[in-house]
Amino acid sequence: MALTGIQIFKLLPKTNCGDCGVPTCLAFAMNLAAGKAELSACPHVSEEAKEQLAEASAPPIRSVTIGTGDAAVKVGGETVMFRHEKRFENPPALAVLVSDTMSDTDVDGRLQRFKELRYERVGLSLRPELVAVQGDDATKFAALVGKVTKNSDGGIVLISTNPDVLAAGLKECADKKPLLYGATKDNLDAVANLAKENSCPIGVKASNLEEAAELTTKLTEAGLNDIVIDPGSRTVRQAFEDEVIIRNAALAAKFRPLGFPTITFPGEMTDNPMKEAMIASVFVAKYAGMIVLSDFYGESLFPLLVERMNIYTDPQRPLATEQGIYEIGNPGDNAPVLVTTNFALTYFIVSGEIEGSKVPGYLLIMDTEGLSVMTAWAAGKFVADLIGPFVKKSSIEDKVKHRKLVIPGYAAAESGGLEEELPDWEIMVGPREAAHIPAYLKSWRP
Amino acid sequence: MAFEIPKTSYTGKIKEVVLGKGDKAVTVGGESVYPFYLFEGEMPRLPKIAMEVYDSEPEEWAEAALEPFAGVTNDPVAWAKKCIDEYGAEMICLQLASTDPNSLDRGADEAAEVVKEVADAIDVPLIVWGTANHDKDIQVLTKVAEVCQGKNLILGPVEEGDHKRIGASAIGYNHTVVASTPIDINLAKQLNILLGNLGVPDKQIIMDPTVSGIGYGVEYCYSVMERMRMAALTQQDEKLQLPIICNVAKEVWKSKEVHLPDNEANMGDAKKRGILLEAMSAMTLLLAGGDIIVMRHPEAIKLVKEMLADLTA
Repeated sequence: MALTGIQIFKLLPKTNCGDCGVPTCLAFAMNLAAGKAELSACPHVSEEAKEQLAEASAPPIRSVTIGTGDAAVKVGGETVMFRHEKRFENPPALAVLVSDTMSDTDVDGRLQRFKELRYERVGLSLRPELVAVQGDDATKFAALVGKVTKNSDGGIVLISTNPDVLAAGLKECADKKPLLYGATKDNLDAVANLAKENSCPIGVKASNLEEAAELTTKLTEAGLNDIVIDPGSRTVRQAFEDEVIIRNAALAAKFRPLGFPTITFPGEMTDNPMKEAMIASVFVAKYAGMIVLSDFYGESLFPLLVERMNIYTDPQRPLATEQGIYEIGNPGDNAPVLVTTNFALTYFIVSGEIEGSKVPGYLLIMDTEGLSVMTAWAAGKFVADLIGPFVKKSSIEDKVKHRKLVIPGYAAAESGGLEEELPDWEIMVGPREAAHIPAYLKSWRP
Repeated sequence: MAFEIPKTSYTGKIKEVVLGKGDKAVTVGGESVYPFYLFEGEMPRLPKIAMEVYDSEPEEWAEAALEPFAGVTNDPVAWAKKCIDEYGAEMICLQLASTDPNSLDRGADEAAEVVKEVADAIDVPLIVWGTANHDKDIQVLTKVAEVCQGKNLILGPVEEGDHKRIGASAIGYNHTVVASTPIDINLAKQLNILLGNLGVPDKQIIMDPTVSGIGYGVEYCYSVMERMRMAALTQQDEKLQLPIICNVAKEVWKSKEVHLPDNEANMGDAKKRGILLEAMSAMTLLLAGGDIIVMRHPEAIKLVKEMLADLTA
């Protein structure tokens, strides 16, 4: 059973030295209890306290970092079964697979797509993180790994069950701290030694959950803790069940041998790229730490990346978009001007409807701390005496000749106040539902 | 290394609701575990897909969405039959887009006549979806209930503001209602209680938590649905032990991303992108507890059905 913040506090030095990065030992203890800090951040804690705290201080699913510097990607570190219970922490890393049996064209194409298929959404950059390099031939494998490190900024997963092949690849990229995958019951010691000598994370490739637990236990006994689990399942049903069982065993039963992030291979469950994307979409929601795809396609990678962003959004912190003037469809100086809040969803829906209306327009997005129209209005963050100054400062007056401002129907109560705040402007109350914006705009005249 | 697989302790079960009539009637619900947690208990039947049909010619649909229905988009009866005969639809959802006061504003009598023609022409369950305008939905759906007496239609969306009138007609003419609430577990429960007080039996209610697709707030309905299932299955919340319907296709296919041409913004093939956005949105909702998903593109449906088969194989 995990310790409470107060129980942890009793075991800390209580000097409030601040060396851990937070001002007091109590605050640090609370962070430990919430799984938001690692005990190693405290340089002064005693050995016996360390032992007692080991259990409480680590999240039930260990967080593992693959790669270094900008390419470092953290997986695992999860603390809940359902995102509404708190939040999901580290999105599953997406990897593209290249192998030493592929033609140069196939490899180059994948590396090219890895580089190109990136997207911007609500100011966030959406991109895949890893290149997984698979091989059986030491010479070819080393050459391929060399090529990948030269031509890609991604973190690396080395895939082979032959320790000599892994060693050859590792020589090319050891400084990048790749994931070494996979340690099986037959090669465990050799791969473990490689991981230890090069301080790399290690992936176990088991044939079932029991074997996975045995392998991780041996590794932790050998002093290796940065582990990723592949329970070996290659049917959708079994792989899904294993994901759920691993998460549940680590969280509910505190079963340490399964308390590690997982790696999944949807491409080994189907030959159809669209089906592969569907399987990946299941693992995005249900608990994968890493998802290796056989190739990337814009039509499937984009939905996967957005789904991942959605599911891993902190339910307590709504996504917000940046305050400012958004021009939709090349608006001229007679185009309508609409104002709304900066809740990301509000922005997406309203801008989508304006675009769909084919009537070019200006959308003024006001910072309401990510609240939707009704919530922001009720909280006093989307009211006349704030909207007025925002519109004035927005420089929209330089862009349009008319002075007509459309406000959301749900903020109709602010129209009187706004007429006082913006005496030059006519305040028009728009529809309450975004879906009615196109009809409204089609009949709108400056 | 032997270890004991921890199991969720379930105390409840989703009620079974029979939709439609006769040989092609469809039962939904009955599950007593989280979606696809078959190692923990029973999910006696697969979730169902209902195929969309519109009562008026669609405007501004993406090419990929129109293509499978070429030649029938101006004829709801032919459209519905095509879905059943050619694409194997087990259920039809007739979207009464023409009745929208902000659009064609077609009257109740005319709309109900179209519903009756479709209902008479098919033998699978028929979901009839209004426009969420209370006054209009009351006129249209009560009329539909009357002229289609005995067909056991599924009428929605029924919201707090119109539940009395539409609920009463569903009781009177023996139809099922879709209790629709805006992404909120407490409001969902409250509406089920209100419908119960009115006299609508549980076996005539399915729930619509209000859903959206990937990129447009899927995380909100995902979590609300997960919470509904948690309350229903592990906290004995009887008023939430009802099947969930997700009317998601129209949300996906109106998004900006499905309308972008091939390769625009690095988003690849336009047709496949639309299909995958629909299929992956549906998959996400199925993982959260959807029992009926309203879908559009036959290839998206095929992908989802394969996934359902694989997850329960």
